[in-house]
Amino acid sequence: MKLSREEVLHIARLARLGLTEAEVNKLREQLSNLLENFEILQQVDTSSTPPTAHSIALQNIVKDDEVAPSLPQDQILANAPRRDGECFRVKAVLE
Amino acid sequence: MITNQLTIHEAHKLLVSRQLSSVELTRACLERIRQVEPKVHALVTITEELALSQAQKADELIAAGDNNTLTGIPVLIKDNMCTKGIRTTCSSRMLENFVPPYDATVVEKLNECGPVVLGKTNMDEFAMGSSTEHSALFTTHNPWDLSRVPGGSSGGSAAAVAASETIYALGSDTGGSIRQPAGFCSVTGLKPTYGRVSRYGLVAFASSLDQIGPITQDVADCALVLNAIAGYDSRDSTSVPEPTPDYTRCLTTDLNGLRIGVPGEYFVEGMQTEVEMAIRAAISKLEELGARVEWEASLPHTRYALAAYYIIAPSEASANLARYDGVKYGFSYQDTNSMWEAMEKTRQYGFGAEVKRRIMLGTHALSAGYYDAWYVKAQKVRTIIRQEFDQAFDKFDALITPTSPTVPFKIGEKIDDPLQMYLSDVCTLPINIAGLPAISIPAGFADGLPIGMQIIGKPFSEETILKIAHAYQQATDWHKRRPEI
Repeated sequence: MKLSREEVLHIARLARLGLTEAEVNKLREQLSNLLENFEILQQVDTSSTPPTAHSIALQNIVKDDEVAPSLPQDQILANAPRRDGECFRVKAVLE
Repeated sequence: MITNQLTIHEAHKLLVSRQLSSVELTRACLERIRQVEPKVHALVTITEELALSQAQKADELIAAGDNNTLTGIPVLIKDNMCTKGIRTTCSSRMLENFVPPYDATVVEKLNECGPVVLGKTNMDEFAMGSSTEHSALFTTHNPWDLSRVPGGSSGGSAAAVAASETIYALGSDTGGSIRQPAGFCSVTGLKPTYGRVSRYGLVAFASSLDQIGPITQDVADCALVLNAIAGYDSRDSTSVPEPTPDYTRCLTTDLNGLRIGVPGEYFVEGMQTEVEMAIRAAISKLEELGARVEWEASLPHTRYALAAYYIIAPSEASANLARYDGVKYGFSYQDTNSMWEAMEKTRQYGFGAEVKRRIMLGTHALSAGYYDAWYVKAQKVRTIIRQEFDQAFDKFDALITPTSPTVPFKIGEKIDDPLQMYLSDVCTLPINIAGLPAISIPAGFADGLPIGMQIIGKPFSEETILKIAHAYQQATDWHKRRPEI
């Protein structure tokens, strides 16, 4: 089943990924081809099989609530693309 | 003696007997880097000043007797492990100028040994790829044939070890990213059991599959590095709270009684004849050394592993890479007043083609209406693949396969065909799906191009696969050959 142009744009929007027109066309071809190959998964009978999210079955990892220093503010802000004093500066959320 | 060609254990002996200083060893590596980097392109960052000052300090530690096996030994670190104060790019435009404020746990652990950090190695962007051609910075070339790829994603680490630019390196492996380049460059590379080595400070690609491991010149070195980096870490909630053994103690050459299975499904259609012949010859050698080999073992669901992997890994990647929004760090598109447009353009210009492809694939597999059909289905197939391995390990102590179906391919050969590129990892990715440990070691050459053998163990049986690999290296000398460059 080939993905439609609208479906590709819908996925890109979910991923907040800007794409050029050429990328939309190329991804439409490539994703459709890959998914068609991955249809092979439907041949496997998994009616009585539970899903595996992790290969090692660890559960309920708990830690003592210990006070520890966080990284200094200046170090955290050092990589900020835009900084405003002690804050990350962002574009207006409400227009 | 060419000092930059020494193994860790050889260099260590010379360092502690004061026949060689760490500064001399470090200078030899730096000189070699200057000499071959214009051809190999394995390094993103060279930290010469740091390396020389660390070497001086290491020499003082050794003089005071306050050292261990890794003290004063030069190392290269894949550029997806955070190094405090040293740029960590993931070979991506997105992180081109990112300087981490903290060290990854593996780097912290190395730092306790008095290491000499020579720099950071090139990789496929965010570790997504099998050739380093998806690096946004440059492509690394295979030291055995500069027109071919070194494999990936840890291609820079493997190529640098092969070209004797460093004594050893660290890599990471999500679907074969340590083993496949180790095979392509004729070096030794280990992916430990999932949970054995902390992932804290490793830039996340697919969190349920990622694992850090050593890339070295031989198995004995691999054991030494694993000793240094393995162990529980409370900052990685998937790290396993179990004690780690001394991995050098298993390095014997007696394989009597060991049961080895050879799963037929891994000798796949499209496999190069010379690769199959070399691996069968290598397994016969293990039989001579005392191992009991079952040539007709079977893992019938292997054929579904590639599809399951390429649903699961991109799904996890699409969630992990959602953090790159241009606000807290990394590339940020500023030329707009709209928050959403800034975010979309940041990701459009910051990510390369393969990363975008996987984000799209993963986002689709997780999206409403497709989640059960793709993501949950792939996770169920994952269960079956793991169960099949568990059953095989009731009968065998280890399984042996080729590391990759072919020798290194030409640069540019597969770049426009994602599926062909993905097939390069067809023998390695089932192991990540099941969370198992596996090692790739040199097992021959076809027309001068390296062939790797993969030895797979049950969870937390690194000692068994190291022992088999070590016994093989004691009986052969493939791992001692070096490229002429």
